[in-house]
Amino acid sequence: MNALLVALGAAVGAPLRYLVDRAVRTRFRSVFPWGTWCANTLGCLLAGALTALPLPAPATALLGTGLCGALTTYSTFGYETVGLLRGGDRRRALGNVAANLAAGLGAALLGAAVAGRLAG
Amino acid sequence: MTDRDSRPEPAGTAALGPTLAAVAAGGVLGALARHALLGVLPPRDDAVDLATLLVNVTGCALIGVLMAVLARRPGAHPLLRPFLGVGVLGGYTTFSAAVTDATAAFAAHRPETALLSLAANLVGALAAVWVAGGAATALLDRAAARRGAA
Repeated sequence: MNALLVALGAAVGAPLRYLVDRAVRTRFRSVFPWGTWCANTLGCLLAGALTALPLPAPATALLGTGLCGALTTYSTFGYETVGLLRGGDRRRALGNVAANLAAGLGAALLGAAVAGRLAG
Repeated sequence: MTDRDSRPEPAGTAALGPTLAAVAAGGVLGALARHALLGVLPPRDDAVDLATLLVNVTGCALIGVLMAVLARRPGAHPLLRPFLGVGVLGGYTTFSAAVTDATAAFAAHRPETALLSLAANLVGALAAVWVAGGAATALLDRAAARRGAA
């Protein structure tokens, strides 16, 4: 049952990440991987909100493990960062790490604070 | 890696519909593999979430290998990268779980666990891409040179 919900969440999360990345790429033609950053930050905001809510296990499977897990990615983030490093662009590589971690942590805390307040 | 531009160009040249379907199908498979691993290694409150660390490090090693292989196969099916790279590996690895593992540890007044989790995921992931990608590239180049010499 939970596996089915994880699959359902991922079936939405993974294509959503692709669409976010694609939209960001077409609007901002930058060497900096902002598309992955957007997907990761958005996923952390939602995942943070989920941590503050008293959710039953099926909801966590659908929205947390499935949706947020597939919306965010470590593999593309890692690949893009190593690509910048191998290309000799240490400044952007470090910037990418800092931007993803700072925004991810900030978004998760913000999501938890807002959800906690809304939940009373 | 030979590609200096690290940005994987919008994965694939296939039409949007089939690409989204390939990404979704791959993402489901990757997420189910991660879910299975979470069942074997359930997260504990007082330690780094090992299942998440494991998927992120192995997923990064696999994307290093995948991109090395695809870089040498320009004729690969245009949906292969959306399916395997964006879908399977993107769905398998997770940034949000690594981050909420750290925020949960911070909230539980275990800053050392939080920092260890963040550092282990980051260093493990980057090292995995670097080492696995580099090794795959070296092996493929050597195989190609041997074929060329024969």
